[in-house]
Amino acid sequence: MATNAEKDPISGQYTTGHEWDGIKELNTPLPKWWVTVFYITIIWSIGYWVLYPSWPTLSGYWAGTLGWHSRTQVVTDIEQAKSAKAVYLSKIQDSSLEDIVKDKDLLNFALAGGRSVFNENCAACHGVGGGGAYGFPNLTDDQWLWGGTLDDIRTTITYGIRNTNPNSRQSEMPQWGGGDPLSDDELSNLAEYVLSLSKKSTDQAAAQKGLPIFAERCSPCHGEAGEGSQAVGAPALATGIWLYKGKDLKAQKAEIMSQVKNPKGGMMPSWTDRGIDEATIKILAVYVHSLGGGK
Amino acid sequence: MQRFPCILVDIKDGNTGTFLVIGQGQQQDTRRIMPSANDVVVERTPTEPRNVSLYASHVKAYPRFLNNGFFRRLKWAVMAVLLALYWGTPWIRWDRGIGAPDQAVLIDMPGRRAYFFAIEIWPQEVYYLTGLLIIAALSLFFISALLGRVWCGFTCFQTVWTDIFVWIERFFEGERNRRMQLDKEPWSANKLLRKAGKQTCWIVVSVLTGFGFVLFFDNAPTLAHQIVTGQASVNAYGIMAFLTATTYVLAGFAREQVCIYMCPYSRFQSAMFDEHSLVVSYEAWRGEPRGKLKGAVHGRDAADVFSGRGHCVDCKMCVQVCPTGIDIRNGSQLACIGCALCVDACNSVMDRMGLPRGLISYDSSFNQLARAKGETSPRRQLWRPRTFIYLAVIGIVVAVMTYALSTRKTFDLNVLHERSPVFVELSGDRIRNGYTVKILNMVRDNGHFRLSLEGLPEATMTVIGKDLPEAKTVDLAGDSDSVGTFKLFVTAPRASLKGKKVDLTLVLTNLDTGRIIRHENLFAGPDPE
Repeated sequence: MATNAEKDPISGQYTTGHEWDGIKELNTPLPKWWVTVFYITIIWSIGYWVLYPSWPTLSGYWAGTLGWHSRTQVVTDIEQAKSAKAVYLSKIQDSSLEDIVKDKDLLNFALAGGRSVFNENCAACHGVGGGGAYGFPNLTDDQWLWGGTLDDIRTTITYGIRNTNPNSRQSEMPQWGGGDPLSDDELSNLAEYVLSLSKKSTDQAAAQKGLPIFAERCSPCHGEAGEGSQAVGAPALATGIWLYKGKDLKAQKAEIMSQVKNPKGGMMPSWTDRGIDEATIKILAVYVHSLGGGK
Repeated sequence: MQRFPCILVDIKDGNTGTFLVIGQGQQQDTRRIMPSANDVVVERTPTEPRNVSLYASHVKAYPRFLNNGFFRRLKWAVMAVLLALYWGTPWIRWDRGIGAPDQAVLIDMPGRRAYFFAIEIWPQEVYYLTGLLIIAALSLFFISALLGRVWCGFTCFQTVWTDIFVWIERFFEGERNRRMQLDKEPWSANKLLRKAGKQTCWIVVSVLTGFGFVLFFDNAPTLAHQIVTGQASVNAYGIMAFLTATTYVLAGFAREQVCIYMCPYSRFQSAMFDEHSLVVSYEAWRGEPRGKLKGAVHGRDAADVFSGRGHCVDCKMCVQVCPTGIDIRNGSQLACIGCALCVDACNSVMDRMGLPRGLISYDSSFNQLARAKGETSPRRQLWRPRTFIYLAVIGIVVAVMTYALSTRKTFDLNVLHERSPVFVELSGDRIRNGYTVKILNMVRDNGHFRLSLEGLPEATMTVIGKDLPEAKTVDLAGDSDSVGTFKLFVTAPRASLKGKKVDLTLVLTNLDTGRIIRHENLFAGPDPE
């Protein structure tokens, strides 16, 4: 209730009776029902305090009479998602990789599911989208260390590379700077030759000097023309694609020399040992195969 | 009840004088003074300070239902047309071929399509809705500038449904006085029956309103059958229940409160008007000073009876019929929805008095001023800059919409460049970029498309999942009325790239129509060596 309200002669309305430095406010009353609705919403909100987690207490918090919790909500949602996926997963479990790729529904499911599994488990090393990194193979190009067919990819994911699983892919590049050492000149010549395989050498004479060393020591695994061997995971050297990539030619040569002298061999875990089931590995293989490099 | 001031400015004479017509409280003590050209402000001495509430109690309006008069008949006609449209439209069929819905007007939410007769809109084309909304808003401005609040008075759903509800109320509870009396009476069997009958009919109309609404969102015959047999979805029942509740509350109880307090339009209506807009107005110069007729009127000449006084006999018919419960004699005001029922009411009284009609009429304030000054040939000035501009803008938007709809693409191309990795180095010094290509085939037939490239003459492409060799063009098929998603790989020799980023245009040709869509994108590569 406003007191001291005066009637404004111009508008014919009463003022609220408030005055600030000579400024008076016209009273344009709100409808009472509107105000009532406002109070009802406040009372309504008390219902939320009772039903849902709201107030802190001495020993914890008021959990609400409904017992609702965002965590249990998530758990329920995940359970629901899992049971929705179960149909597809069991189909994938029973189908061969080739059949999965041919079935449009299964393929879509595998690609969507594979993407999420990949991002969760593989992207840390291979990058989101499978672009790879220094020492971690690019899965989207047309070169594979251990083979790029659906089956090869599945085997690699299942058992991994150079780990303790008895079925894991194994190979080791000998250390050519060790027991039967190459001199620094020989190393440099060899590196030039390796660069020349992808037509990147800048010193043809040195490359020619490196040829016999390559033929003797490297070609058994990397091939006469540097085509590589997927049986032993020996990278192709003639493609211009480097696992240990230098930022320019000079750096690349240094990388090659370093690899010959002190070889690095990347390791990949066995994802069966990491607890990923067969069906999930299948959809992962289908996804990786789809990234652009699949053979 | 609130009163709002009316400010009339004499534009015609260019006078600087401002006339303030004071509308005010419940009492009839205030003279409403129709100004003449040289009047200035009508001042009143401030009254004694007193207590006023900051909250206004709701005063229920009991509109009297005069079932005759031009505007009442117009309201019935408009209501019949609008309700027929509302309840009838979903039942109109429109053949779109096999597999497509045959409902003329349909908003298919799960299918992500909207149908309006021959027009079919995809979600990507929701800008057509923007165009429609612009046209609707401008039309409202235009019609307001021209004819005042006819939208509010005749076509607004709040008005139409309130009208039905008041009619039902009157059917069960009787005319205004009877209704007021009934509300004051203690509860009795009679009162209970009348109220129950009214409420039942209100609820039936509300349910039918909700029912009519949901039919626009699914195949009407199927959904109607499902609703009646209890097989419709929770969504359908839920939305129906919501519409039922809002109709019941807003038309049954809130009524004029919606127009006065909830609707934004009443608040900015004054900005839509000018002195030539037709508004429901009271001819104060002729009506005042008002007063009840005294003594015997029968057999006397009207000129004689009304000499020395105004034509308004203060019968308050105009107040009684008003759906928002205002007194139009206080001037144009926010709560006046322009339904003109008071015009009908006053005319019927003027006829009985043998006085000319139009004491309350649809008229412009310009004409009112002219009449007040004794000019007998007022004119309707329809063409003003305001109306012309509104109409011109409406015309432009309509033309743009018509052009856009008539040249509407039946297919479209969306391309997303792969970002991880941005590019891939392949053996043999080649660079590959990935793209996700979406082809929207918006016809009810299989589409045949050819994709080609511009900007990289040496580039070739393949599509994942199709056993095609690297080629300069690739043919893609689009299923009827759907979006096809393709993973496209474009490969180019590294030497052919002029920089880290090269412009690449994807050209999609519709082999069925010959129409071409070009999409500009880019091809990324490593730093040039």
